Amino acid sequence: MSEPLLSAQGLTKRFGGLAAVNDVSVDLHRDRIHAVIGPNGAGKSTLTNLLSGDLPPTAGRILLNGHDITGQSPESIARRGLGRSYQKTNIFLPFTVWDNVRLAAQSRERHRPFNPLHWLGAAARMPAVNQRCERALELAGLTARAQAVAATISHGEQRQLEIAMTLATEPTVLLLDEPLAGMGAAEAESMVALLQRLKADHAMLLVEHDMDAVFALADVLTVMVNGQVIASGSPADVRADAGVQAAYLGEEHA
Amino acid sequence: MSAAKAQLEKLPRSAQFMLGLGAIALAAFPLVPFTGADFYLGMLSQMMILAIFAMSLDLLQGVTGLVSLGHAAYFGLAGYALAFLTPQTAPVALWWTLPVAVAASGAAALLIGFFVVRTHGIYFIMVTMAFAQMVFYIFFDNKALGGSDGIYVTFRPDATALGLDLENKVTFYYVTLAVLVLVYAFLRRLLFSPFGRVLAGIRVNEHRMRAVGYGTFGYKLTAFTLAGTLAGLAGYLWAAQTGFVNPELMGFHLSAHAIMMVILGGMGNFAGAIVGAFAFEYVMHFFKDLTKHWQLLMGGFIVLVVIVAPRGLLGLLARRNPGDRA
Repeated sequence: MSEPLLSAQGLTKRFGGLAAVNDVSVDLHRDRIHAVIGPNGAGKSTLTNLLSGDLPPTAGRILLNGHDITGQSPESIARRGLGRSYQKTNIFLPFTVWDNVRLAAQSRERHRPFNPLHWLGAAARMPAVNQRCERALELAGLTARAQAVAATISHGEQRQLEIAMTLATEPTVLLLDEPLAGMGAAEAESMVALLQRLKADHAMLLVEHDMDAVFALADVLTVMVNGQVIASGSPADVRADAGVQAAYLGEEHA
Repeated sequence: MSAAKAQLEKLPRSAQFMLGLGAIALAAFPLVPFTGADFYLGMLSQMMILAIFAMSLDLLQGVTGLVSLGHAAYFGLAGYALAFLTPQTAPVALWWTLPVAVAASGAAALLIGFFVVRTHGIYFIMVTMAFAQMVFYIFFDNKALGGSDGIYVTFRPDATALGLDLENKVTFYYVTLAVLVLVYAFLRRLLFSPFGRVLAGIRVNEHRMRAVGYGTFGYKLTAFTLAGTLAGLAGYLWAAQTGFVNPELMGFHLSAHAIMMVILGGMGNFAGAIVGAFAFEYVMHFFKDLTKHWQLLMGGFIVLVVIVAPRGLLGLLARRNPGDRA
């Protein structure tokens, strides 16, 4: 088995007396989609926020490409190769689709803000950035919409834009928080196909409510309830797990 | 999204045309002989200096989304620096006093910025004001620093090395115009540079900027320092032009006026800041001639413009496009 690109051990996050995430361990490998499911309030989004650095963990350790990133800022974790998308669309609404993705792509240049050279050059004329931007738009299927203002595109396209921005930073690890949320059937289908394509080059954590998508995509499935992992393994094993059926999947999947 | 709504980064043709006309008018003004020309030359020089000051604030307020209520501190500091460096009996050279004075403002902005750019929204406004008030009272309460009366700048800086006699009103006017044009060109270029795009991204969604890997603290601190430095450039010119500095130059009122100039003209494109500074000064002088209760009229005027032209006076020239409704 290959070394995991991202490895989290014993992650815990307490808000006062409540353990939103309690002793959760996750390993993410390239070419493998690790789906996390669970009812509302199970701690899935909190787990994502811990891994991305949006929240500091109360306890536990996170290694990204072999570096300890526990407690680091979101920007330094992002620069180490972690990209995330948000459950609630988190884009630059007044900018065009192109400018949204271009800005994300530019972050890979690792400029120093106080270097006057970058105050005077033209942002639109950075070939490497434009290439990353074009590639990300193409992967996400948004090339035709590049000049549209982000606020004016459909919800499904905004979800695609979320992914395109994440891809433009060329991450090795992807954390996708409900990429299918609010999508129509056709949009969801193309998103599933996109995630399938991205799998080969990325280690992926997928938080998702859409069970059809989860079972279509997941190589590893973890079920969380009340901040704890109650089952983890191959989708078939998890589906057969009596505890999971009782706690989460309910009658229809039993 | 209201801040984003006000942007007109790419200037419409009409606005570019109007700015060009304005620049030509300013360049031609000293050539027209008429009575009282000296007075108006001085007044226009001051308006141009305030326009530079307003542009420096727009870098924070309109571009980065940081509303500083203490920007005058950096304007005043460089002015004071010139006052301290100018001896009673002879002029002092421009070539070293200008960099020193401007660097003093920049250094103060760097130091204060280190603390203030960690804060957000209303707290940023409060903390920038608090620091500026500290600077204000350091000078106001300290006789050695001129106290509440201020200090005379007995001579304008000596620029004979550049072949310029700044004591000449027309020469000073043209130097100020040149600085105005250069600062505008620099900031317009910066706006569309990689650095400028990051600042705009921070204004719209700082959280997402961090998530894609930008260390926003460094960017905001650099913007704050740069804005303070350019405010210092304006303050130096002001002290040289008026021959006098007092604590009012660092005061709350001037800081607030600068915010209003930027809003009045239109935020985030620097052209609006220039238009706003001229309009604000013109209307203020107009009302001052009318009544001693001019502030009442001024307040009404600002309210009116904000209602009629939410994107500022410059925004009146631009047709709406779909993105503006974001």
